[in-house]
Amino acid sequence: MTNQKSNIVLDVSGVNKSFGGLRALTNVNLQVEEGKVHAIIGPNGAGKSTLLNVCIGRLKPDNGHVVFNGQTLDSHQPHEINQLGVSRVFQTPEIFADLNLLENVMIPAFAKRDGAFTFNALKSVSSETELRAEAEEILHDVGLYERRFHLAGSLSRGDKRRLELGMCLIQKPKLLLLDEPTAGMARHDTNMTIELLKRIKSRGMTKVIIEHDMHVVFSLADKISVLAQGTVIAEGLPEEIRGNPRVKEAYLGEAHG
Amino acid sequence: MLGNLSKNDWILVIGFSAVVLLAPILFQPIGAAYPAILEKFCIFGLFAIGFNILFGLTGYLSFGHAAFLGVGSYAAVWSFKLLSMNVLPAIVLSMVFAGVFALVIGFVSLRRSGIYFSILTLAFAQMSYNMAYSVLTPLTNGETGLQLSLKDPRVIDSLFVTAGDGLPRTSLFGVGISGGGLPGFYFTAVVLIIGFYVALRIFRSPFGLMLKAIKSNQNRMRYTGFNTRPYLMAAFVISGVYAGLAGSLMAAVDPLAGPDRMQWTASGEVVLMTILGGVGTLVGPVIGAAVIKYFENIFSAFNENALANIFSFLPQGLRDGVVKISSLFVGEGWSLTLGLVFMAIVIFLPGGIMEGIRLIVSRFKKRGNGNKSAVNGQAQPAE
Repeated sequence: MTNQKSNIVLDVSGVNKSFGGLRALTNVNLQVEEGKVHAIIGPNGAGKSTLLNVCIGRLKPDNGHVVFNGQTLDSHQPHEINQLGVSRVFQTPEIFADLNLLENVMIPAFAKRDGAFTFNALKSVSSETELRAEAEEILHDVGLYERRFHLAGSLSRGDKRRLELGMCLIQKPKLLLLDEPTAGMARHDTNMTIELLKRIKSRGMTKVIIEHDMHVVFSLADKISVLAQGTVIAEGLPEEIRGNPRVKEAYLGEAHG
Repeated sequence: MLGNLSKNDWILVIGFSAVVLLAPILFQPIGAAYPAILEKFCIFGLFAIGFNILFGLTGYLSFGHAAFLGVGSYAAVWSFKLLSMNVLPAIVLSMVFAGVFALVIGFVSLRRSGIYFSILTLAFAQMSYNMAYSVLTPLTNGETGLQLSLKDPRVIDSLFVTAGDGLPRTSLFGVGISGGGLPGFYFTAVVLIIGFYVALRIFRSPFGLMLKAIKSNQNRMRYTGFNTRPYLMAAFVISGVYAGLAGSLMAAVDPLAGPDRMQWTASGEVVLMTILGGVGTLVGPVIGAAVIKYFENIFSAFNENALANIFSFLPQGLRDGVVKISSLFVGEGWSLTLGLVFMAIVIFLPGGIMEGIRLIVSRFKKRGNGNKSAVNGQAQPAE
């Protein structure tokens, strides 16, 4: 980049969030640069998922702001945030269990093409050959093409994750939020997912990724923020984080105590 | 527009139409070939098809659909009284009124989901029912029900023909619809077939797919960028319009409307029809409606004398006992039988009659194929 300071896609500033007496996030600041993979790591209960939930409008921050591409997200509905270009993979896969894989992937494509609501009752799904081809390509990418007519509910947990990833990818979001995309996957599948995410990386999609698996984090991330007890305790390039004593303490403290 | 259905869907439409149109011949052996009962099959079939667009596709269980049926009936009778005995204006008017009514009720009820949605719709329907009895009497003629009278203006008809002596019949450009003739049945049959075709198009459309997705995971739909409320609203109004249409057909074949058409038992009946036939299937609700109306007809006709005749081969003492017990299940007690059958279906065959048919067909296919294993992944979900 020619600019010293590249574009900030997601800007979280001064966000606080409490649940009753429990402070889940305390004054969290996070700047995600365009086209980068930004990993958020931290021990269990550090507030990582809460932070993502604030970003997609599932939770409202008590104070502070979340700004995406210059727009404040605080008062937006989840579907509006998605229409702005934010997609998310959940920690427990959220898919359409009663529909087949092809339909699962086509539905987000409809949202991308037709917007939040279109009364499209005169066309037939089978005549949507373009969207179908797009969906089949995505299913190839995530390695589920052969099973495209299976019901999504019949997939294993790891496969459901990949399906959900495909459902997000077909929308070509500006920002993709991934909540532990490889949890519950076998090593082989994890590596496949890393390869897949690397390939999308080259397409210039910005990603925020929460991950426990350090192998995944260090193979993908351009930048890492470490969250512990609701605050960002360290931020920097992967090499910097690897040697940071506070990070070691946060993790080792958890492991030993 | 016609080229959008797959070959299998066309076979389904043509097969369905054939069965419906040939019903006066096909249903001869089971004694249900006379117009009055066939009209009932068609009208309640249509009601159930519309109900299934809401319940089958989105999973939102309305317990107040009879309200739309009632509104449709009243609107149709008013059209017969004020405008014309022609059934077409009556049908259009009923659909419009039921649609507007559904818009209002849906606007409030769809703020909640699950059991709260069901309760809200039930409350609205009971409210309409009670209002039809009380404050709305000028519109509904209260308990007596809304009927035709010789003093009705019928402004359109009076331009063309002078009124005869008796009460006129409803008609379609001169062909009599009310009064239990075959034209009446064929009229309802054609409306049913059109209603079936429209439902099929909705099932196969992107709109229908979105409704199914809402049923499957509404949360995912929201985070996928869909505003689910207008989708639900559209489904609710469409199914309300279907109910209004069914109500207007009731008035067309028998031009009167009473408040009991709006009672919760009528709302419950369409739920039973849909579940009995198969929720979310295309043909199921029609089959469910026909089965319930057929057996209602048969069972309600039985009385103790008829039962005594049937069991006359038994010795006196035993016969009295058997007649006493079985008489609980017929006549007025028919709903007891229906309740038991319904429980059995929900417990043993949750997919309804359609699931039963599918199970039988797949068993036959397996036998036919020998050990050639079916590639179940390739099978498109039926209906």
